[in-house]
Amino acid sequence: MTALLEVSGVSVSFDGFRAINNLSFEIGPAELRAIIGPNGAGKTTFMDIVTGKTRPDSGRVLWGERSISLLRLSESQIAQAGIGRKFQRPTVFEDQTVADNLMMALFRPRGPLRVLLFRPAPADHARVAALAEEIGLQDALPRKAGELSHGQKQWLEIGMLLAQEPRLLLVDEPAAGMTLAEREHTTRLLVEAARTRAVVVVEHDMDFVRRLDCRVTVLHEGAVLAEGSLDFVTRNPQVIEVYLGR
Amino acid sequence: MTIVSRRHTSLVIFLGLLAVFTAAVTLLSEAYGPGLVSTSFVKTLGKTLCLCLIALAMDVVWGYTGILSLGHMAFFGLGGYMIGMWLMYARTEDIVTASFANSPLPPTPEEIRTGIATQIFGVVGASELSPIWAFAHSFWAQLALVVLVPGCLALVFGWLAFRSRVTGVYLSILTQAMTLALALWLFQNDSGLRGNNGLSGLQNLPGADAVPQSLISVWFLWASAAALAAGYVLFHWMVSGKFGSVLCGIRDDEARVRFLGYPVEGYKLFVFTLTAVVGGLAGALYYPQAGIINPAEVAPIASVYLAVWGAIGGRGRLYGAVIGAAFVSLLSSWFTGGRAPDVNLGFYTIQWVDWWLVVLGLSFVAVTIFAPKGIGGLFDLVEGRRSPDRKGAPLGPDAGALREREAVE
Repeated sequence: MTALLEVSGVSVSFDGFRAINNLSFEIGPAELRAIIGPNGAGKTTFMDIVTGKTRPDSGRVLWGERSISLLRLSESQIAQAGIGRKFQRPTVFEDQTVADNLMMALFRPRGPLRVLLFRPAPADHARVAALAEEIGLQDALPRKAGELSHGQKQWLEIGMLLAQEPRLLLVDEPAAGMTLAEREHTTRLLVEAARTRAVVVVEHDMDFVRRLDCRVTVLHEGAVLAEGSLDFVTRNPQVIEVYLGR
Repeated sequence: MTIVSRRHTSLVIFLGLLAVFTAAVTLLSEAYGPGLVSTSFVKTLGKTLCLCLIALAMDVVWGYTGILSLGHMAFFGLGGYMIGMWLMYARTEDIVTASFANSPLPPTPEEIRTGIATQIFGVVGASELSPIWAFAHSFWAQLALVVLVPGCLALVFGWLAFRSRVTGVYLSILTQAMTLALALWLFQNDSGLRGNNGLSGLQNLPGADAVPQSLISVWFLWASAAALAAGYVLFHWMVSGKFGSVLCGIRDDEARVRFLGYPVEGYKLFVFTLTAVVGGLAGALYYPQAGIINPAEVAPIASVYLAVWGAIGGRGRLYGAVIGAAFVSLLSSWFTGGRAPDVNLGFYTIQWVDWWLVVLGLSFVAVTIFAPKGIGGLFDLVEGRRSPDRKGAPLGPDAGALREREAVE
């Protein structure tokens, strides 16, 4: 199996602080992966590098079968190449309806002129309705996204990610601030999404990671500390020390 | 489907009102009716329509895309200068040719050119046409420049600014610097546009000496109304679809739009340049009605007024911009025209010519604090689309939900 995303030997420092230190990471085309690690381990910086927000000082980030270097692409080009990102704080366009939010995320040409001439076809409306159903917001389509509850906003954002039809989903703490029932729904959405694409979940919450039931990568001080099943990595003495020792 | 049709209601109402307004003014004008509306007032109304058009452009840039440009009047002024060059050149050419009519020999083209240059530039002590007047003899060339000069300036400026991701207040300051630089350059006598004298006599259309101003003023009113209608339709079409969604998205969360895969810089540049071109066209219609253009027209304060109109009229809705521009500029010309009666307080007499700016400033602050939706927000009251009043309680169940304050804004 060739890797969909291959990060090798990446380092980045901010004002002398090494946020990412010679990090290497690989993920296959249809895989669910959780990344855990204490605060400051470089989880968010890792996502910033993959999505083009932060440029690393050294290392390679290769994407897809043709091994394109992501380091030369802009954020929007990386998103168009098929990498979707969900932020820690739910970021949806609160002033617009749920339907508009999903329609904007729909996988269609992104250039200004093409968008200017774009008028939604029946198929587009159907796709938006199907997505809304998937994330449980079918009754909320005409509502403004700002009126939704926190959990609903998280789902809407996941729905927007799915609408982008990315090949890799980067999800930052999707379960934060959710009730138990909402967490279960979120878990189902992510596991379902990982059948057809790669999903990387950054999470603090061990319960939630256990629920995802997938390979786990432990980051510490900007490098991979351990990798394997959750039970395997939690038996690792170094991991125990990092999490409990301090 | 009801949502779609409601999206277009404001467009239909606006176009209807504009048509009724134009017809009414025409039928009451000196040229086509009893003359209840004086020619100078027809010109004021025509000019106001042009200001509404640039305010519309400003609303798309600021209200929808969230770029607070404080330099859009530079594009308006440039459009005016470009058309003014042709008007002045062609008109002077007529005069110079006529003055040679009695000479025994027909004048050479060289003599005519020199005559025109002396006439136009005598006032700044020059007698040569500078190279920027190369196309001034051709109406079509100058008309193309009305579009090209503001468009290219906006394209280059926007490309530099947006590419470096300059946003917010820094971008506003940059746009102020741009319009200030342009004004300072125009103020110089050797910039070739007659320094602080500006271009004058623009109300006289070349070859139309026999046509009275009363008629010309109504024609310009029609042209301005048609331009405003076209601009409104264009911008309404732009912002009512997915493009508008993306623009509002850029306004509210630029980074998120980028991660959705939209090239944000391209959108900003497109909107900035398109609105600059519309501004240039609006200026090209405005200044023949004003009769004169000088560098003070592109001074930084002019663009700040534009933002004030938008804020008072209501940002983020097209008719708000039109209402703001029409309301404030007409009120302004009433107060500063000396027609508003002085208020005698006994110990002090308020003269509106001096105090109008204070009133405008205070109402700008008041609108921003107490009615952030501006005058346009009144229409929401009529429609019953009121903002939730929960006495400050959060609208959603937790801290991530929409706050009442956000919903009101």
